[in-house]
Amino acid sequence: MREPLIPMIGVVTDIRVDTPDVKTFRVVGLDGKKPFIHIPGQCAMLSVPGIGEALFSITSSPTDEEYLEFSIKKCGCVTEWLHAMEPGQQITIRGPYGNGFPVDTDFAGKDLLFIGGGIGLAPLHSVINYCRANRSKYGKIDIVYGSRSKQDLVDFEEILNVWCKEDGINVHLTIDNPQPDWDGHVGFVPSFVKELNPDTSKTVVMCGPPIMIKFTLDGLMELGFERTNIYTTMELRMKCALGKCGRCNIGNKYVCKDGPVFRFDQLDELPDEY
Amino acid sequence: MKRIALTELNSLFASINERMNLFIPANDESGQSHFTKWHDGLPLSRNLNTVRSAKDAFFPQVENLMGFKVNGKQIELTGMGDEVEDFAFFGVRACDAKSFEILDRVFLMEPADTYCEKRRNNCTVISLACSRPSETCFCTTFGIDPASPKGDVTCWIKGDFLYWEPNTDKGNELTNVLSVLSDCDDTEVNSAKEEIHQITERLPLKELNLSSFGPGKTKALFDRPEWKTLSEACLGCGTCTFVCPTCQCYDIEEFANGDSVKRFRCWDSCMYSDFTMMSAGQPRPTQTERFRQRFMHKLVYFPDNNDGTYSCVGCGRCLRKCPVHLNIVKVIKTLEEVAE
Amino acid sequence: MQGVKEKALELLSSGKVQRVLGWKTGEFFYDLTPAVFESTAEIESDFVYNVFSGANLSKYLIKESKKEGKIAVFLKPCDSFSFVQLQKEHRINRENIYAVGVQCDGKCDGESLRALGLEGLLSVDGEETLTVHTLYGDKTIEKKDALLGKCKTCKSKKIASFDEIIGEQGEDLESGRFEEIKKLEAMTPDERFSFWQGELSKCIRCNACRNVCPACSCEKCVFDNPASGVQNKAVADSFEEKLFHIIRAFHVTARCTDCGECSRVCPQNIPLHLLNRKFIKDINELYGTYQAGADMQSRPPLMDFSFDDPECSEVLAKGGNGK
Repeated sequence: MREPLIPMIGVVTDIRVDTPDVKTFRVVGLDGKKPFIHIPGQCAMLSVPGIGEALFSITSSPTDEEYLEFSIKKCGCVTEWLHAMEPGQQITIRGPYGNGFPVDTDFAGKDLLFIGGGIGLAPLHSVINYCRANRSKYGKIDIVYGSRSKQDLVDFEEILNVWCKEDGINVHLTIDNPQPDWDGHVGFVPSFVKELNPDTSKTVVMCGPPIMIKFTLDGLMELGFERTNIYTTMELRMKCALGKCGRCNIGNKYVCKDGPVFRFDQLDELPDEY
Repeated sequence: MKRIALTELNSLFASINERMNLFIPANDESGQSHFTKWHDGLPLSRNLNTVRSAKDAFFPQVENLMGFKVNGKQIELTGMGDEVEDFAFFGVRACDAKSFEILDRVFLMEPADTYCEKRRNNCTVISLACSRPSETCFCTTFGIDPASPKGDVTCWIKGDFLYWEPNTDKGNELTNVLSVLSDCDDTEVNSAKEEIHQITERLPLKELNLSSFGPGKTKALFDRPEWKTLSEACLGCGTCTFVCPTCQCYDIEEFANGDSVKRFRCWDSCMYSDFTMMSAGQPRPTQTERFRQRFMHKLVYFPDNNDGTYSCVGCGRCLRKCPVHLNIVKVIKTLEEVAE
Repeated sequence: MQGVKEKALELLSSGKVQRVLGWKTGEFFYDLTPAVFESTAEIESDFVYNVFSGANLSKYLIKESKKEGKIAVFLKPCDSFSFVQLQKEHRINRENIYAVGVQCDGKCDGESLRALGLEGLLSVDGEETLTVHTLYGDKTIEKKDALLGKCKTCKSKKIASFDEIIGEQGEDLESGRFEEIKKLEAMTPDERFSFWQGELSKCIRCNACRNVCPACSCEKCVFDNPASGVQNKAVADSFEEKLFHIIRAFHVTARCTDCGECSRVCPQNIPLHLLNRKFIKDINELYGTYQAGADMQSRPPLMDFSFDDPECSEVLAKGGNGK
């Protein structure tokens, strides 16, 4: 009888500084192997005993077979502690939790448009790299990603050196305000998306701050997209991640097990409490 | 069917307690009853409506989940929750017995919560028909028969005897070793049931109209303006949730003592302001939203996910204990009246 | 009591106030709920002031007096002390309030009737002698036996602050409310420790005592603040729940008016008011008699300095034995 609340011990083998407030942590089990297999969009509970436990989306792709990665923004007790630690530190990990993106069903054969803002790239990163690894299963891939500044773009090196150089992938970057070493687009994500005027047959996957989601969604509606074709991931406070502790309950759904990935037509059915 | 004279109740309790830890409703100094660990001579309260519900048996207020030893960068898992010995809850009313099924739908749903499951497995539930229902009782609204409570064993008190009928293997096992019980027929029990039904017929809340609630009613109810007035006086305390037999939201917290860390869970309440608080914001900013969540969950969301079963058993504890007398009956009646 | 509902109607219909804070009829005869009334129709159908109007309405004024327009509030004598104290602490906006003091002869509730062994409460008749009709027959009781704990040791029938009064203005009472404290003081430290250990270990951390308390008016309680480091919903060890109640008692010291709401609302019947009342008694003995909320002028002894104040050594010497 395995108790789902009891975590396994993991080791943080590598810590990468992404932005001034985002670091990416590579985690393996005590046996040096990947702790568990996941679907893009799923999450895991990480904890530092004595500090607390919190839910994070898994940033690495399932096709990374050696490890799990988490891009984490410093914004609370647990994340501050994580940011302060050094490689070799053990943490606890349990998961995977949630439904994940329908990468092998609804996404298959589609042109995909990923829209991310700030740390919202974290869950997208997993699905983007999964699609890249299974390139033939998907059509064109467009990525619109924005952040406050160039320094705040998560995974900038990978985006520039890997994603941008691949055929069939179009990356559109934007930052909120002009800065000297930036010759790319300047402006907020919602208006950038409208400028790009993407084809409405695309399946959209969106993740970012609530305000970005709201205005980008409005823009997509104006462009003529269907809500059944737009996906996002939600974040609410969670403790158990098993659909029992009651915290992430919205209507008849529990974000931890019925989500975190929802289509907008599904969200329309829920009470407006997120 | 078995029976024992009420004057011999202490010896029945002693025989049960020899085999497992026995808990019975007993009065405190202020005259309120609580499930209490039995000791020789502890009398059964005539008030089965304990302040706290019988959910404590499976979902205690605080429970250790696991321990950690932290040594530099190393973490070691130590201890996996509390030891649970065999125990029996005697005197469980029909409403509380029904609440166990509702708790099971949460805790034993995949992936099962093994802490709760262990307690469930180790507990023998001995229910007792409710011979003195209160004006606050409305279990019949939810199809519960207070005269025939579920459980491993069902008991009735009638005249000078306690009647005893096992319903499950666990109940039979216990019955077989209780030599203090003697055989009898069910004539008296039938008349006990009849007497109870005569009282339930006269209960003021025996049949609430639930037609506005149940699966699929989210859209119809969520934006009703009455939530604001209904919740106006709510203090935002956790009394209703904590005395409720079906409220099961919990928090997981840690207690660090140097290098050894205890992770425990404890009751939590959707009525509390920090329940859904995140660093990014608060989806339920005022008491109105929190109040609505509690009742929508019991009357709509839970039935949505559980074949129409409401997450309320009509025990009436919230009616008695809310400091400002807000409760689920007022919610049902307010939202029902306008809907008609 | 006559005239209260009529006053509510008059104040609202004359336009003197825009809202009325009072007690609303419940499902049964005893379960009144504090409520804000905005129309005369609502008052006609639901407003009630009777022997079950036990809840202290003053704390609701923190929120209500900040809203647009004027609100009338009905205050029993004990509630009026909380009302004054809240003004003193600048928690309420007095200009937006029309305070109606109401005479009170003691209140009961469902739980106080049940404590007398009554079950299945259906209806009640009478004023001083109550005939309670129950599912199991009629019972006659004396109201004085069924009073709320806080009413049994009522300190004053005087309404401390008001714009008008319905009924008679009363006097301070010799209620013997410190007798219970003397009993505690007469215990040995071990006895007293085990008394409180026994009582406070019943606590389920529902926070009803804190949330109802008019003196607990912090916008964010330290015990609710995840960043405070002391936030807790559960006991990490056997001393933890005492910590919560003791800290709370210290925090309301010299601000607690002894309204008794904490003990009224405790689902576990913990006599929480005894902690506060002990502090009141100590303050009376150390700094001279002081009643929080009795007036707007007096300075709270713990926020004041005079050369007559006792030396620390005197306070220390008093120790736990109350001598």
